[in-house]
Amino acid sequence: MATVLDGPELAAPVPPVRAPRGRLRLNQVRSLLGTLPFFAYVTIFLIIPTLVVAIGAFAGDGGFTLANVTALGDSYVLDAFGRSILLSAVTALIGAVLGAVLAYALATAKPGGLLRRVVTAASGVLAQFGGVTLAFAFIATVGLSGFVTVFLRDQLGTDIYSGGVWLFELPGLVLVYTYFQIPLMVIVFLPALDGIRPQWREATESLGGSTWQYWTKVAGPLLAPAFLGSTLLLFANAFSAYATAAALVSQGNPIVPLQIRSALTSEVVLGQQNLGKAMALGMVVVVAVVMTLYALLQKRTARWLG
Amino acid sequence: MAGLRARRARRQSTFRWTVLAVMGVFFLLPLAAMVEFTTRGDSNTWSLLADWPQLSATYPDLAEGIVASLGQALFTALLMLVLLVPTAIWVRLRLPGLRPLVEFICLLPLTIPAIVLVVGLAPVYAWVNYFLGGSSLTLTFAYTILVLPYAYRAIDAGLSAIDVKTLAEAARGLGASWFTVMARVVLPNIRSAVLSAAFLTVALVLGEFTIASLLNRTNLQVAINLLGKSSATMSVAVSLAALILAFVLLLLLSLFGDRRKASR
Repeated sequence: MATVLDGPELAAPVPPVRAPRGRLRLNQVRSLLGTLPFFAYVTIFLIIPTLVVAIGAFAGDGGFTLANVTALGDSYVLDAFGRSILLSAVTALIGAVLGAVLAYALATAKPGGLLRRVVTAASGVLAQFGGVTLAFAFIATVGLSGFVTVFLRDQLGTDIYSGGVWLFELPGLVLVYTYFQIPLMVIVFLPALDGIRPQWREATESLGGSTWQYWTKVAGPLLAPAFLGSTLLLFANAFSAYATAAALVSQGNPIVPLQIRSALTSEVVLGQQNLGKAMALGMVVVVAVVMTLYALLQKRTARWLG
Repeated sequence: MAGLRARRARRQSTFRWTVLAVMGVFFLLPLAAMVEFTTRGDSNTWSLLADWPQLSATYPDLAEGIVASLGQALFTALLMLVLLVPTAIWVRLRLPGLRPLVEFICLLPLTIPAIVLVVGLAPVYAWVNYFLGGSSLTLTFAYTILVLPYAYRAIDAGLSAIDVKTLAEAARGLGASWFTVMARVVLPNIRSAVLSAAFLTVALVLGEFTIASLLNRTNLQVAINLLGKSSATMSVAVSLAALILAFVLLLLLSLFGDRRKASR
């Protein structure tokens, strides 16, 4: 086994045994220079912005302060975080379950077939192509003069807004978020389903196992880490989403991204200039925790279904 | 056993079509509604959308947004390629120890929501404004960061599929410069990976809203959102057109990616 793993290393050219030290260092420096543009770029446009958020969250008029972070404890900020987490969790769960079912339906179809290709491409668009367009899709569907709204009102005499115009509030966000969460689940869960080998099912059957036993004892446990991981990814996706809410929500700032927007754009309350940065940092912490768990589960998934 | 398998195949097929039908209704209904919404009454929305001079005269903001988005997509794809491809090749060849770091940095934007990035980018863009002005094309810088995870994964997969080291050594042994190695030896071999990175970049940039909107610049999505306040019909029509365009882009990508596998 070891020799197999060592193969590529042996094939690599043997470096000159005693290169002059100065020359070697010069070479290394020159090699590093080649990566300079990349590192300079990411420093300016990724690392510095991240530091601005991280440091700004603890900065006040007179230097270091915990005021911004303590302000996160204010009830309206806490409420926004609570609603954001609730929205993300609900849509992640709905998206994960329905998306997994859809992914399974696709996994049983022909691998290179047109059906799979069309659904995967459509999923890619809906999952990642911008919440604004999706917000308008739903305004055209269940908006005040939307297709479904008008149809139900004229044909069946039902007013879907008898209890208030929910599309522009949290329930509306759940609906539209589900519309992009299910496709995302299809994209991230399909590879795991493809990793399931038909031989495992045959083995179960030849040992006398039923379909129920196959799903609960074999496929279920194998897919569980992938399913959980994908659900976490969906959660992070919904939690970070901004465009849909910005285009849809008309009043107030129910969720954290919208709170950050108002902190960025409106005249800030004196002494809380950096509250937006503190909220941003709070978001990063939540997403980082979720993504770390996701990476761990991903590693577990790769053991069997990679 | 064979009967069992045939029965299962039949059951799976029934299940598949039931699921697809139910989901199909849920996913196609909004799109159908968009078509209905934009063709109500005697509206000439679609003919206007196809008539560029008329469109830019009627909705100058929208035209400006479309032009800005196309420019951003083009320049982001170029900057991404110039920045990422040589670095990825170079790191593989000369600095394999740096690969985990480069990968970590490239995947980092996945854990930083765009709304957070924009908070940190605001002061950086104050400098960008100072040096380069407030043109919408300057969003290219931020978008290149945004597409880094997707582009890196595509390019890295392409590089993993070929033996970069041997190719480079052969070329170097024959007297090629490093530039020749990259541009004329490695690059043609990862053409399809580069193309898929570029496609993804274009799709992502055309769909971006958060950063453009909060840095007070315009692009397609910002224009659609703005238009929604005055002319809902037109903004729904543009939304649908944008969704279809993105779908075609990704479908082409999928078809192209498959041809690559088949030819190998």
